[in-house]
Amino acid sequence: MNLTLKIWRQSNAQATGKMVDYKVTEISEHMSFLEMMDVLNEQLINSGEEPVAFDHDCREGICGMCSMFINGEAHGPDRGVTTCQLHMRMFKDGDTITIEPFRAKAFPVIKDLVVDRGAFDRIQHAGGYISVNTSGNTQDANGTPISKHAADEAMDAATCIGCGACVASCKNASAMLFVGAKVSQYALLPQGQVEAVDRVKNMVAQMDLEGFGNCTNTGACEVECPKGISLENIARMNREFLSANVKG
Amino acid sequence: MSVLDSKVPKGPLKTKWTDYKNHIDLVNPANKRNIDVIVVGTGLAGGSAAATLAELGYNVKTFCYQDSPRRAHSIAAQGGINAAKNYQGDGDSTYRLFYDTVKGGDYRSREANVYRLAEVSANIIDQCVAQGVPFARDYGGLLDNRSFGGVLVSRTFYAKGQTGQQLLLGAYSAMNRQIARGKITPFNRHEMLDVVKVNGKARGIIARNLVTGEIERHSAHAVVIASGGYGNVYFLSTNAMGSNATAAWKIHKKGAFFANPCYTQIHPTCIPRSGDYQSKLTLMSESLRNDGRIWVPKNMDDVMAIREGKKKPTDLSEDERDYYLERRYPAFGNLVPRDVASRAAKERCDAGYGVNATGEAVYLDFASAIERYGKEQAKIHNINNASADKIYELGAAIVKAKYGNLFQMYEKIVDQDPYKTPMMIYPAVHYTMGGVWVDYNLMTTVDGLYCIGEANFSDHGANRLGASALMQGLADGYFVLPYTIGDYLSHEIRTGKIPTDTPEFDAAEKEVTDKINFFVNNKGSHSVDYYHKKLGNIMWEKCGMSRNAEGLKEAMAEIKALREDFYKNVSVPGTATELNAELEKAGRVADFLELGELFAKDALAREESCGGHFREESVEIGGEQAGEAKRNDVDFAFVSAWEYKGEPGDAVLHKEQLEFNEIELKQRSYK
Repeated sequence: MNLTLKIWRQSNAQATGKMVDYKVTEISEHMSFLEMMDVLNEQLINSGEEPVAFDHDCREGICGMCSMFINGEAHGPDRGVTTCQLHMRMFKDGDTITIEPFRAKAFPVIKDLVVDRGAFDRIQHAGGYISVNTSGNTQDANGTPISKHAADEAMDAATCIGCGACVASCKNASAMLFVGAKVSQYALLPQGQVEAVDRVKNMVAQMDLEGFGNCTNTGACEVECPKGISLENIARMNREFLSANVKG
Repeated sequence: MSVLDSKVPKGPLKTKWTDYKNHIDLVNPANKRNIDVIVVGTGLAGGSAAATLAELGYNVKTFCYQDSPRRAHSIAAQGGINAAKNYQGDGDSTYRLFYDTVKGGDYRSREANVYRLAEVSANIIDQCVAQGVPFARDYGGLLDNRSFGGVLVSRTFYAKGQTGQQLLLGAYSAMNRQIARGKITPFNRHEMLDVVKVNGKARGIIARNLVTGEIERHSAHAVVIASGGYGNVYFLSTNAMGSNATAAWKIHKKGAFFANPCYTQIHPTCIPRSGDYQSKLTLMSESLRNDGRIWVPKNMDDVMAIREGKKKPTDLSEDERDYYLERRYPAFGNLVPRDVASRAAKERCDAGYGVNATGEAVYLDFASAIERYGKEQAKIHNINNASADKIYELGAAIVKAKYGNLFQMYEKIVDQDPYKTPMMIYPAVHYTMGGVWVDYNLMTTVDGLYCIGEANFSDHGANRLGASALMQGLADGYFVLPYTIGDYLSHEIRTGKIPTDTPEFDAAEKEVTDKINFFVNNKGSHSVDYYHKKLGNIMWEKCGMSRNAEGLKEAMAEIKALREDFYKNVSVPGTATELNAELEKAGRVADFLELGELFAKDALAREESCGGHFREESVEIGGEQAGEAKRNDVDFAFVSAWEYKGEPGDAVLHKEQLEFNEIELKQRSYK
């Protein structure tokens, strides 16, 4: 198929960006979206132009490195996938596709479609861990039984890949789904209880400091999340936060 | 005596590690505060090492090319992690895990290292659970296990199909704790471009800030390389796009020997390639072979009909299918080790039985598993005379719970529903057993320079068993390196801060800058990918699943010629002082173009078949094992460690003879 691409080009964080049109031809429906971008870049390099910078790595939907806001949706029109798993069969011959970076005050653009998501890391430095030494001298792994239900629910929260689609999709650029998932994983497990109060307070404080917006329960984040992280995690974080503040 | 000293401690195998730990030198906590360690790579090995070293009190700097340590490619490991816990009571033990790993590696690994790995494996699970890793559990609340290829017990712990992700997030959380305390300084979006040696010791690195292009000097008392494997030398592999051998190759060029580069794992269950534009291959976890059955049609007519779309795989009756793994290997069936399963798939496809348009695909079928689980569920739920549809529905739900995310991934890529029609799979490059040579302490042939995880060569011999990579990465990082590096650093307590304004740093930085300037100023006519694809093609055709002397000689010559062409005609757009993905790739491909040649040279020198290395000249002629790989223990029971001498083709071979005192060398039989 033949496509027109409208892509955000911005040479660095300080520069002013703009949308630029490109044409690509003979795109196979079996290609992934990023393979289509590879074709475009190869074309640009061969004609002496600068290729489009975009983040990507594992190309199997797990590392969370790829981003892109495609036709107004984080990770594009398909559901439950990251951009690298999005396939061209979702588009039609002759389509015009708009490709922008994830936009949020807390995610400044580095170049073209590449943004800085360091804020997510800093939130996790603030409390995204259990304070056990890595000596291996802990109790036997089966020492504390954990109900299958709790373990499965913790796993569902832990499946978050930290890509930032939730922030990009939110009209307030809120990071509550991400932070909610991280808080929930530990809140659901007995190992996480000891530091629960400090964890949620510190992570929420850092989240606010980074300049993310508030949650107004729109739910766009849940719809666009490639890993199906549920809004329940936000509710759980709010409960944890409230209870932490009541406990002092 | 050879220059290679494995430094394996004396004494009985079972107490070596404990005795050794009891006698190595320690660094007191006050002195640790004055010692700096650099860790390159933040996957399971690097992440766990960084966290543990920082926790011990050393000042750690980590480097990764991704935007966050948690994105390292360990995250993509799906199936699980082995540990000799024997929670299932099925006869597992440290010895059995050790035995399976040595046998699975086709008797080309170091006994003492493998035993230590098996010994610390159980602790890894304890550690990860304490960190909050949500492993799968049974209804009683205890941990669940599954089985992997090449073994007869269930010792694999898992977190759905995302075990690597969960373990990496665990190691990353341990890092976060140390970052918060200021003990780890993370340098993300940074790439190490050389190691700096001072008086023969590793004393720092030169790194490039990938956002600004700035070249930075970082000094330390020891440098740890944990940068993963070199599978991307094939261009197409299951590795991440950025996975590269640059750190490992740069240290090789500075004196670290490179061991067994020809040992590459070609994983049997990957999604087949679909076109020339393909950028990477996707793995379907080996755990699928617990329940999936692999087959091709028995009759060529059916093969043709399927390729032409006139028949569907589900149209074929049981009699018309060739479950070739079950036929050839009745004892292990679909759970033979990866190298065996991959070669068997290639054998069928080479014989013309491949089931897709390219002729390079076999079926992985879940119909029997769905039926079996369905019947079991019907019984559990007291449903008498359940209809076929009901049984299917109940069975599919169980398969979904076990492998749901993998099935979804397959469907998104291939656009077929694997609950209804068998998956198509074909082998793809996945893991490299070879890597930087290290001794028992995980130190390379350069003092103070360590190498851990997939980047080293140590524990998997010529073939790695499933779910053992995660085990090795975390064992190295959490439980081995933190001890052994202390023994070395105990002699560094009086050294003081290492200055970076020295001639050694000047020279290393100049070399790096010159190379970068060369690339951005070389106005050639071909993109970096053009060369990478060509290299990948040579590697796959001539250094792939089966190799012969003639092809390997050709590969060496072709790679050398390609490298020369690359330096003349490669084109790198943009500048050196900005985010420039093409420039990053150029440096990595330049290193692959050297590594590939050494790979072929190593494969040529190893005139035997062992594990993932299959030489067409070395097969069993007669008897029950006819056609199987033929190992040659008399002449080749050694590690090939290559010393860099200016050109990859001139590398000099050093042999580390492998001694087997606990395990008798036998032909691997999975029949």
